[in-house]
Amino acid sequence: MNGSTTMASDTFRIAVLSSTLLLGALGVWQLASTPSVGGRTQGLPGPVAVAKVTWEMLSEPFYDRGPNDKGIGLQVLSSLGRVAIGYGAASVVAIFTGVVLGLNPILLKAANPYIQILKPISPLAWMPLFLYTIRDSTGAMILVIFMSTLWPTLANTAFGVSSIKRDYLNVAALLQLSWWGTFFKVILPAAAPTIVAGLRISIGSAWIAVVAAEMLVGGTGIGYFVWNEWNNLSLTRVIFAILVIGVVGLILDLGFNRLAKAMAYTE
Amino acid sequence: MGAFLEISNATKYFPDPSGGGMQCIFKDIYFEIERGTFVTVVGHSGCGKSTLLNIIAGLERASSGGVILDGKEIDAPGLDRMVVFQNFALMPWMSVYENVRVAVKAAHPQWSAVEVNDHVAKYIEMVGLTGAESKRPAMLSGGMRQRVGLARAFSVEPKVLLLDEPFAQIDALTRGVIQEELVSIWMRTKNTVFMVTHDVDEAILLSDKIVLMTRGPEAEIAEVVDINIPRPRGRTTVIEHPHYYKIRNHIIHFLVERSHQKSRPA
Repeated sequence: MNGSTTMASDTFRIAVLSSTLLLGALGVWQLASTPSVGGRTQGLPGPVAVAKVTWEMLSEPFYDRGPNDKGIGLQVLSSLGRVAIGYGAASVVAIFTGVVLGLNPILLKAANPYIQILKPISPLAWMPLFLYTIRDSTGAMILVIFMSTLWPTLANTAFGVSSIKRDYLNVAALLQLSWWGTFFKVILPAAAPTIVAGLRISIGSAWIAVVAAEMLVGGTGIGYFVWNEWNNLSLTRVIFAILVIGVVGLILDLGFNRLAKAMAYTE
Repeated sequence: MGAFLEISNATKYFPDPSGGGMQCIFKDIYFEIERGTFVTVVGHSGCGKSTLLNIIAGLERASSGGVILDGKEIDAPGLDRMVVFQNFALMPWMSVYENVRVAVKAAHPQWSAVEVNDHVAKYIEMVGLTGAESKRPAMLSGGMRQRVGLARAFSVEPKVLLLDEPFAQIDALTRGVIQEELVSIWMRTKNTVFMVTHDVDEAILLSDKIVLMTRGPEAEIAEVVDINIPRPRGRTTVIEHPHYYKIRNHIIHFLVERSHQKSRPA
């Protein structure tokens, strides 16, 4: 059997199935939203209505008509900006802490119970504490994102570093590499596949957390947009926003998938 | 005042795996290595020969006694000693070129990029890997990987080269070729070499002296055999020398029959 032929026919089958699933979902949605014979037209907006709104919103993504009426592009950029700060800071802290813990098995065992307690806490639960202590809603949102992305990267880094082959560290020692030299030339690249896997989980958490945080305290952002449109009773725009959240999340994940491929190595 | 490299009453204890207490791996190991000679330790698995090599490398410490190199006691790794590992220990995320370059840059931090490049190219050529510079270790055979390991170790130009069963994971046909290449490189560079192996033919082909260790625990040196076969040696010529089988039988006989015996204290 020719491997590439099998692959090509698989790709075709996947495409057909995938399209069927999409059409099926759209069909169910359309049926669910069709006004009943009784004439109740205030039901769930259907695919056509959402497509129309999508077209409108995407044709002018960066308009700004006051605090409660901004284009979707501005809202997404505002959310991504918060994620970039909170996620970036958390990643640096998590990777450093993870490397230190990963290189010190005793310290890792000592710290592990606390990591395990802190890890399952919903990052939103910290919101009141942050609001009270720093008295700034943007800062509090960024800290919530920080908390949401710290643990997966930290845990993965510690695990990845603790399982680096002794040989690589021995070579670094023989070559008298400095701590930073060892960090950048040996530890980071050796643990990179595991670290990037953690970063990938973390970016997903961050994107989930930012929507929720913005619904609570945001004045801008995609989460705030959802809440605002709910208050306007514009479910069409809410559904549109849900789709946008999904697509942005997908793009972020694809980026990390690429990074993971670039960092991969075979022993 | 001792020799160039002096292993001075080195003793090593490890925690006993079967319970509390410590187990003595080897005891009071003493021998000297002259500058520019090739000395090999042969012994059974578990006699602690690789541990001894790691102590010379500075990767482990002796429980008592120690190692003196060129008049200075060794207590940490250094660029004056480089190890060629049994499992190659190449960085899998680096190309052949980068694996050698990281060593050259570490040994010569003040060199320009051109100087580093020339030096790396010279050692990659020396082991016959020109053309494979951009390949990663995973794409290479075991023999080619160990050539990278040799290039990396030689490129640092260490005072002592430490070979830890360097050819054990290479297929038999390739092993012979690389052994001969190592002989010819060594004839040019005249590094001081300390090797551990359990391959007797390899030891005779390469060494000036062979140190025989008894079985562990509490392994000790049984005797030191001088290999008085003239150089240059090749795999086919060395076995034709009248002393070859005498030496070989002597060592094999030791490994099979006498390595259990403990020398009685005088």
